[in-house]
Order: sequence, then C-alpha cells, then structure tokens
Amino acid sequence: MSLFIAQLLNGLQFGILLFLLAAGLTLVFGIMSFINLAHGVLYMLGAYFAAAAFALTQSFLLGVIVATVGVFLVAAAADRLGLSVLHRRDHLDQVLATFGIVIFCNELVRWIWGNAPVFMDTPAALSDSLDIFGFIYPAYRLVILAAGLVVAVGLYWLIERTRIGMLIRAGASNRVMVSALGVNIGWLNVFIFALGGGLAGLAGALIGPITSVQPGMGDGVLILTLVVIVIGGIGSIRGAFLGALIVGLVDTLGRIYLPMLLRNIADPSVANAVGPALASIGVYLLMAVVLAFKPDGLFPVRRRQG
Amino acid sequence: MGVQSIQKLIEKDKVDLITGVTFSNVMMAVAKPLADANMIFIGSNAGPGPLAGPQCNQNFFFTSWQNDAQSEVMGKFAADRGYKRVYVMAPNYQAGKDFVSGFKRFYPTPLVGEVYTQLNQPDYSAEIAQMMAAKPDALYVFYPGGMGVAFVRQMRQAGALGKVPLLSTSTTDGSTLPALKETALGVLSGTFWGPDFPNPVSQKFVADFRAKYKRIPSQYAAQAYDAALLLDSALKKTGGKVDDKAALRAALRQADFKSLRGNFKFSANGFPVQDMHVFEVAKDSTGEVSLKTIATPLKAHADAYVSQCPLK
Repeated sequence: MSLFIAQLLNGLQFGILLFLLAAGLTLVFGIMSFINLAHGVLYMLGAYFAAAAFALTQSFLLGVIVATVGVFLVAAAADRLGLSVLHRRDHLDQVLATFGIVIFCNELVRWIWGNAPVFMDTPAALSDSLDIFGFIYPAYRLVILAAGLVVAVGLYWLIERTRIGMLIRAGASNRVMVSALGVNIGWLNVFIFALGGGLAGLAGALIGPITSVQPGMGDGVLILTLVVIVIGGIGSIRGAFLGALIVGLVDTLGRIYLPMLLRNIADPSVANAVGPALASIGVYLLMAVVLAFKPDGLFPVRRRQG
Repeated sequence: MGVQSIQKLIEKDKVDLITGVTFSNVMMAVAKPLADANMIFIGSNAGPGPLAGPQCNQNFFFTSWQNDAQSEVMGKFAADRGYKRVYVMAPNYQAGKDFVSGFKRFYPTPLVGEVYTQLNQPDYSAEIAQMMAAKPDALYVFYPGGMGVAFVRQMRQAGALGKVPLLSTSTTDGSTLPALKETALGVLSGTFWGPDFPNPVSQKFVADFRAKYKRIPSQYAAQAYDAALLLDSALKKTGGKVDDKAALRAALRQADFKSLRGNFKFSANGFPVQDMHVFEVAKDSTGEVSLKTIATPLKAHADAYVSQCPLK
C-alpha cells in the first residue's frame, strides 16, 4: 500500500514537472494563437544556461536565475527579431518555421557544447532523500513540487489579478479592440512570449539535474507537453496544471501497473513485450478519448461569445 | 544515410579499406554493400550478433567486441558473486533485449524482475521505487548515453545507490562519466578495457590522450586506437601494399600488435578473443572520477555466435 502511495506521489511529481513546461506553451498557444514547437528548445537552453552558470559559479540558485532570465531575454529577442512575423500566419506555417528552429538550435547546441551530456548536479543539501511516512523520497523532487506550485499560483495571480493579466485576457478575446483602446498589443505579445520562454528556461534548469542535459533533450518532452495542453484545454493555466497532473499519473501508474496486470493474465514474456508498449500509448489513448468527448479539453478557458 | 556514405566511399572515392561504424543498426545496413564490394572492413564499435554468426565475413575485423560480451561479463560477475535475487532493467528496444539475453546467458538463475522502460524515458522514479520494493541482491541495467545519466542520478537521489549494487553495461562509461562525476561513484560496469590498465601501451595512450584533450579517454577512444594499431601492424607486414587483398587479410588476421587491452587475437569470425573485466566508478590518483578494474570474470572470452559462422 505504501508503495502505491509512493507511486501516486511519483506520478504527481512527474505531472508537476510537465506543468512547468506546459504553462509557458499553453500561454503562447492559447493567447497568441501561436504554435511554438521550439518551446522544447527554450527548455533545452534553460538547462544548458543553468549548467554553464553552475560550472562557472558553483551556485545552483544562480544557475536557475541565469536560466530563467536568460531564456526570457532570448525569447523576447527572438520574437522581436522575426518570430512576430509568424503570429499572423496560419498554423501550418508556424509549425514548419518553428520545427526548422528546433533542428537549427539542436545543432547549434551540439556545436557549442558537444554531443555528450554535460555535468549538472543538485545542490549538496538536496542531493539526498528524505524519509516521509516510512518511504524514501528524493529531497530535490520536493523542490520541483514546490516550484511547480509557486509557478501555478503566481501565474494565476498574474492573469486574474493584475492589470497586465487583464490586458492579456482582453487581447486574447479581441485584439483589434484592445489596440484601438491604445494598448500596444505587439509589446504585450512579446511579453507573453518571453514569459513562456522564461518558464521553459526555469523548467530546464530545475529538471536538468534529474535527467540528462544533452542536445535534443526538449524534443521528446515537448510531445508530452502538447498532450498536456490539449487534454487540459488550450490557453488555460488551470487546464495545464490539472492536465499535467492527469498525464503524469496516467503515464506513471500505467507504466508500472499495466505490465503487472498483464503478468497475471498472460505469459510473462508476452506481458513483458505488450505491457510497456501499451503503457507508452496510454496517454495518447487518453487524449483521443478526451478529444472525442470534449474537443476543447477538460478545463477550457471561458470565452465570451461575440 | 550510412549506406549512402559507404557506397560513396566504395564507388566514388575507391578506398582500399574502411573503418568505423558506431551503431549496430547502421552496421547491419552497410554489411551487404561492404561484402558485395569485397571491401576489407575494420569495425571499431558496433558488433551485432548476425555478423558474428551466420553472416560473418572473412573481410570483416572488429577491434571492439561482439555486442553481448559486455553484458555476458556482468552476468558471469553476478553469478560469481553469488547474488540470488537479481533484477534487470533496460530500454524497450532491440539492443536492450539483446543485452538482457547476454546477461542471462551467464546468469542462469531466474530473475526476480525484468523491466523494459520506454526508450529515452525522462523519469525512472516509479521503476526505481518498484525495484526497491522487490528488495533484490543486485540490479543489472543497460542505459546508454543520456538515459544512463538520468537513471544513475535518479538512483542516487532516491537513495538507492549503495543499498543495491548497480551492475551495468554502457551506463557509466567515458561518454557519461563527465556528466555524472561523483554521482556515479560505486557503480559497476563491464567492458574490455579501462584507463587504469598497467600495460605500457595503455599507459602511454592514456597519458597522451589526457595531455591533448584534458580528459580521461573512453573505451570508445581505446577501441578506435586499437583499430589504428591493427591496421598499422598489417600494413607493415605487406610493405604498405593494399592491392593484394588476400595478403592484407592474412596480415590483419594475425593481429600482430600490442593492444591496449593486453591479450588480443581474432576468432574465426573476425571478432576478438579477449579478457572481459568489471570496473567500478572510483577516483583515480589525480582525484578525477574514473574507472577502476576490480575483477576479470571472463578470460580469453570468445563470443557465443562463432559456432554459427561457416568461416574456419
């Protein structure tokens, strides 16, 4: 039983990890209607910036700050220097252009830092595990959990309670009217895009010490992140949060318990072959079911008709 | 891609000999064009089973290892240590399954768990928790590259390293240790060569490599170095001539060179007969995280496929 609770916690924790990535993507996609496949690149850059700053200063906190601010600035610059042209193009153009950026940036990173994974470690104080209710849990994972919650609350406050958030919401429902009222919607878009980038950078910096910092590290995770925002409802922070938790739980528990269930009903060698295969398509099946019954996702943004 | 490059080398550049090839799937794809062109080939990494068995070729020589050897040595090591309850984990693709079957060939006791994870999975916390709950005597894994970095870090963070002996293949090698450093201390892995070998060829190689690249050479650098030494020895025997394929082939087959790994000779199928060792991640005399030889479970080890190779 305590193992099941531990696995639940692992699932939630993986969900929080996905949320850190999904938060930025859903903002850019939902509010600016811009499909940014290069979101995974921003995450990769965050991890590399953090690793580089960590190597220079030996300070983990500084690494996280450099990654977040650095990727925020990179995203802002990228938007000003050309990506903004894509905002008014159709989605296929955006997919093609940002996919090109993914390939370019992966090679650029390979060129600068090399193909092998680079060194990145958790701060010494957090490298051990804690004993909670009788099971062992890595201390660093709790930091990620906390960071995810802080980001969730912070974004909610920003969008729902501040003037900028109000303008963002207004821009999402009628950008012409907002700009007619004298608001510079272009700069508002730069801010949203950079904010999404900064969040991806923060995610990269925090996840780097758990996984491997290497070229192309954002590509695989991006697909799961897209699943998260589709399930949660595009443009909704709440949807991204709950969607990420659902995907994290389904993926983790499916990976563990599907092969175990199969072993009870089938030959072990068959179970070993079919179990992981089934578990790996679990979240995509979930997405298909959600799309069939609720095409806007489980927690869509409330939009005024007009 | 690989096939195109090989065909360009054979048809356009008209080279006399080809060396290299890292990935087993690429190796299988280029084996046919190489064989059709009657090309002499020195493989420095990939060693897929079919090329050691029924599809072996008298023109192919490998200075690396047959793929299974690196897991067979860990299986033998686990059996020698008398571990009763062994748990294995590997990515769910062909190489992952091959390494597990290599391990089982020399570790006949039934496994307490056999788990295949998704290829390039980012998070192993759930599988590690499951493994710890099974309370195994030892864990064997095959997680190359970035997967190995992630897996070893998460084992450390979960407090599992040190509690369960971690036996591995290609998980803590020269390509991942620079990213892992102290995190990987104590992890065991099996291969044919380590930077602490006392023989003079190896010591000179390590010293020269460190002077030039400022890091400890990996086994991959070592096996490519041996490929160059082998070629050098053969060319000396033929007086630098490469036109007479039969003479060059005979010279290569003799393997008359001082290998980094000490004993070295070829089986009938062109794969090495060599000692296989177990290494522990430990700090070397300069304080750098490196590999330390701790056991040699398989001496003068030939691969399991040579009996299926028609060459004599």
